[in-house]
Amino acid sequence: MARPGMSPLSPAPPEEILRPAAAWFVLLTLALGFVGNLLPFAGVAEVLKPDFLALLLLYWCIQAPRYVGVGVAWLLGLLMDVGDATLFGQHALAYAVLAYGAEYFRRRVLRFSLWQQAAQVALLLGLCAAIVLLIRVVGGAPLPRWTYAVPPLSGALLWPVISVLLQWPQRPVASASDL
Amino acid sequence: MRALPVEPPAFFPRGPSPLARLAFFGLVSIALLFADTRFRYLESVRQVAAIVLYPLQRIVQMPGAALSYVGTYFSSQRELADHNAALQRRLVEQGPAVQGYARLQLESAQLKGLLALRDHYEAAATAVEVLYTGRDPFAQKVFVDKGADAAIAPGQAVIDADGVVGQVTRVFPFMAEVTLLSDKDHAVPVQVVRTGVRSVLFGSGAGRAPELRFTAPNADIAVGDVLVTSGIDGTYPPGLAVAQVASLERDTGQMFARITARPLAGVDRSTHLLVLGPAAALPPRPEEPVEVESAKKGARGKARRGG
Repeated sequence: MARPGMSPLSPAPPEEILRPAAAWFVLLTLALGFVGNLLPFAGVAEVLKPDFLALLLLYWCIQAPRYVGVGVAWLLGLLMDVGDATLFGQHALAYAVLAYGAEYFRRRVLRFSLWQQAAQVALLLGLCAAIVLLIRVVGGAPLPRWTYAVPPLSGALLWPVISVLLQWPQRPVASASDL
Repeated sequence: MRALPVEPPAFFPRGPSPLARLAFFGLVSIALLFADTRFRYLESVRQVAAIVLYPLQRIVQMPGAALSYVGTYFSSQRELADHNAALQRRLVEQGPAVQGYARLQLESAQLKGLLALRDHYEAAATAVEVLYTGRDPFAQKVFVDKGADAAIAPGQAVIDADGVVGQVTRVFPFMAEVTLLSDKDHAVPVQVVRTGVRSVLFGSGAGRAPELRFTAPNADIAVGDVLVTSGIDGTYPPGLAVAQVASLERDTGQMFARITARPLAGVDRSTHLLVLGPAAALPPRPEEPVEVESAKKGARGKARRGG
């Protein structure tokens, strides 16, 4: 039930019934996330740049588990490996684990406030980054600089923004009785 | 809880459970990882994917390129004039060297002809521009704007105005991947200009100075020595400036000296690079006789017993 007094800038309370996310919208945002990851950055922006695709995957795994699950995450991870020209399968594995983690967290994470959600998102994104780190270090790569730990945190900071923005099309239109 | 038709009740079949899916996809990923590291099977897949992604990457880069274009468009007349003057000065400064080089090249060709020596590399080169740095935080790589379309091949050396930057490691239809000097898996055989001592310069990853490994503690190397490529690998043509020795630690307790160097080229800064022509094919490596192999083993065993 929509509460007319609610600001559109806060996320929907759990008791509000949302319209289902459109498949094309999910696909579009994931495509944008992929393009965002391909964008060249430099300097401070490069250090701060979160993994947009992982963040969006996590969001849709939680909000639209009918469309996005472990399989889709794995495929997108493969695509990311190709785009990055890195080891084939590292992002695929990390994203599959991320999607599974989302599945695990899904039932409870939405009961928390946005910032508490962000903390859990930081954990999941950190796990994702740690898997990639483990794969590469086992493969003989040198340890990266400490800035490697920044993207999961900046991604978690983006979580509230993404939650509010992506829920917009799902909010129910105010009905005539509210007026 | 959220959207209306979120999921059917659990008693409807929904395919394998998430855990089963994770196990399946996890195993496939690990198999892919192994296949990729061991056999490099997936190079062709990567080529196709790179062709598909190329237009997308170019489109994505357009806003940034447009911004920098606008930025340079409005750079002042004064700045351009200064820049032009600096370049002119540099050109004149390099004049004698270039003129001398032409004479030396002729002389060297004649001498080589007399001695029946082979040429080391063809003096063809392709100017390229860096598109973007690789996004992989574990490797030091850049992508340049020409590839198979400009007949660039893996193994070609890449330099900038001051020295060696790296080498081409992967070629796509319209771009190429250059592994930089500082990459951990990159090594250049070098020679000290002052004394002719040979060694190999290994990259050590982002933000760390490359090292000269496997150099005896008593080798004649001093801080400030300039290192040039020795050309014995057949990849880098001889005589290209590479680095300058930055620090030197001789510890008699260690088998080798610890020597770090500072690259002369703007390895992580230069945007305009030159891909040198392919190295001339070296004669095939002679097969090692069996006696030498066993003698080596014996020597190694002795060394182990001695040490």
